[in-house]
Amino acid sequence: MRIVVAVKYVPDINADRRFTGCRVDRDPGVGTLNELDENALEAALRILDALPEDEREASEVVALTVAPAEGDVALRKSFQMGVDRAVRVTDDALAGSDYFGTAAALAAGVRRLEEDGAPVDLVITGMAALDGLGSVVPALVAAELGRPALTLAKKVDVAGGTLTVTRETDEATETLAAPLPAVLSVADTANTPRMPNFKLIMAARTKQIEAWSATDLGLDPAAVGAAGARTEAISAAPRPARPEVELVVDKGEGGTALAEYLIRNELV
Amino acid sequence: MTEPTRVPTRNRTVLVLLDPASEVRSGTLELLTIARGLGRVEAVTLEAPTVEALAQLGAYGVETVHQAEVPTDALAAAGGDAARHLPPVVAATLAAAVRRTDADVVLAPATFGAKEAAALTAHALGAGLVIDAAAVGEDDEGRVVAGKRVFAGAWDTRCVVRADVAVLTVRANAVVPEPADAPVATEVDPLPVAAAGTSGVVVTSREVKERAAGRPTLEEAAVVVAGGRGTGGDFGPVEEFADAVGAAVGASRDAVFEGWFDRYIGQTGVTIAPRLYVGAGISGAPHHRGGMQASQVIVAVNSDPEAPIFEICDFAVVGDLTDVLPQAAAVIRKHREG
Repeated sequence: MRIVVAVKYVPDINADRRFTGCRVDRDPGVGTLNELDENALEAALRILDALPEDEREASEVVALTVAPAEGDVALRKSFQMGVDRAVRVTDDALAGSDYFGTAAALAAGVRRLEEDGAPVDLVITGMAALDGLGSVVPALVAAELGRPALTLAKKVDVAGGTLTVTRETDEATETLAAPLPAVLSVADTANTPRMPNFKLIMAARTKQIEAWSATDLGLDPAAVGAAGARTEAISAAPRPARPEVELVVDKGEGGTALAEYLIRNELV
Repeated sequence: MTEPTRVPTRNRTVLVLLDPASEVRSGTLELLTIARGLGRVEAVTLEAPTVEALAQLGAYGVETVHQAEVPTDALAAAGGDAARHLPPVVAATLAAAVRRTDADVVLAPATFGAKEAAALTAHALGAGLVIDAAAVGEDDEGRVVAGKRVFAGAWDTRCVVRADVAVLTVRANAVVPEPADAPVATEVDPLPVAAAGTSGVVVTSREVKERAAGRPTLEEAAVVVAGGRGTGGDFGPVEEFADAVGAAVGASRDAVFEGWFDRYIGQTGVTIAPRLYVGAGISGAPHHRGGMQASQVIVAVNSDPEAPIFEICDFAVVGDLTDVLPQAAAVIRKHREG
């Protein structure tokens, strides 16, 4: 079993997130592994943990990211959780990529891994990246690779070359199946990511991170990054602060005060 | 933000995804309202619209509904009728509709399924993609411009679509739905969709969720009341208050993980931007704020005066929600009756 987990380097949601110009400010001081990717890493590791020992030995989990060099933070964290290998795709030509440019780079990374080794059975991602919250890259990576996508899985099962997932959509509870190789995204309800143990934390410090460029992957610089993007950010501005909160301490009339506020402002 | 003009400056064709087609929800009416500001509006469905749905589409100025004719063997291979709503099938339908009508813009709701379908449509067409637009307009050159609210509602961004076709998912409550000046007759036009494969995805079971009767859907409601850990598991006061103000009910992720409620508001759950949000017993963790901070008016009730949610509120009551909410509900019921 060979699994690639696509991870993203994002600003910590607890930090003061901002834009520089029209691009997300990737201040390394607050950059971290997208929290939802921990669910993806956990899902990958659990699939391997369930294999018989000889199969486990022959298996591999690779963390793959498209990021500048600062993105190594996300890959180190992936090593701490227990991945075997980490690859960063870095290129100035990729800056300003839209969803399609990002998906093309990730898919090219997967294909490159396959050229150098065994076929990749599964590409796993988190349900979203907490900076952009688009949730569409998994489906686009699958489209680029010509593989089925099973997204937002709450429960994951791999058996006999078939991936089966259960998921909760806005409309329904569904069970879906697809043959491997496939692309999978897992919901934050899928599992509880493991805490890195001391041994892995120490080992992660010295593990080698491989860096590939866009040309290494055969990507056309005109088709990715800002040059190939089909949307272009034209402004980013912080919202004005909300006016001071009107605070009432309930001494028996708090509910009435609330109702009067809503009625006064024609909200009910 | 460039507001949609009432009279479109360009002769665009705008397709609106109608899925499911059994009812036209307020979110779809909002999409149709935005679409009319951009050009001539047509709808795309995966199944036959009901008579009521057709009447509503007519009232909103839709003359043509393109109804997908997906080969039955393709559907059968993917698990039957339930496969109709899989993103690859929806995307093949939207792409076929764009090719047939030479449409310039596709608008879809902001559900996870519609987002994937929109992405796959744009991928197939080489179109520009915007996910979760909060406003849609155009620039001086007539290019589609979308506004988004990002970083838990703290920043406004705008982007322009550079490709010939723009595919956008639009979040609920972006505009107030407005019918067309005069209703039109709506015709259903069969749309053959040849390449509707699912790349091997098979739906093995699908259980449609029952919606709480008499309450609006969480995604689309203009007023939302949410309960958190502070409810201690009793959503009675939250539901009583919600019904008094005609609101949808939601919860924090904590409350759902405790098993007290089934759907949570948050950056990975349901993302909402209603006219009024009322949070009861919710502290306001970053995860929750990421799903509701774009709400127009934010009200909170919490017994902890230090709750972080108070920092982003317009109005707040420090108190026990089991006292405050029933009292407020009683005053509002009386006001509404009077």
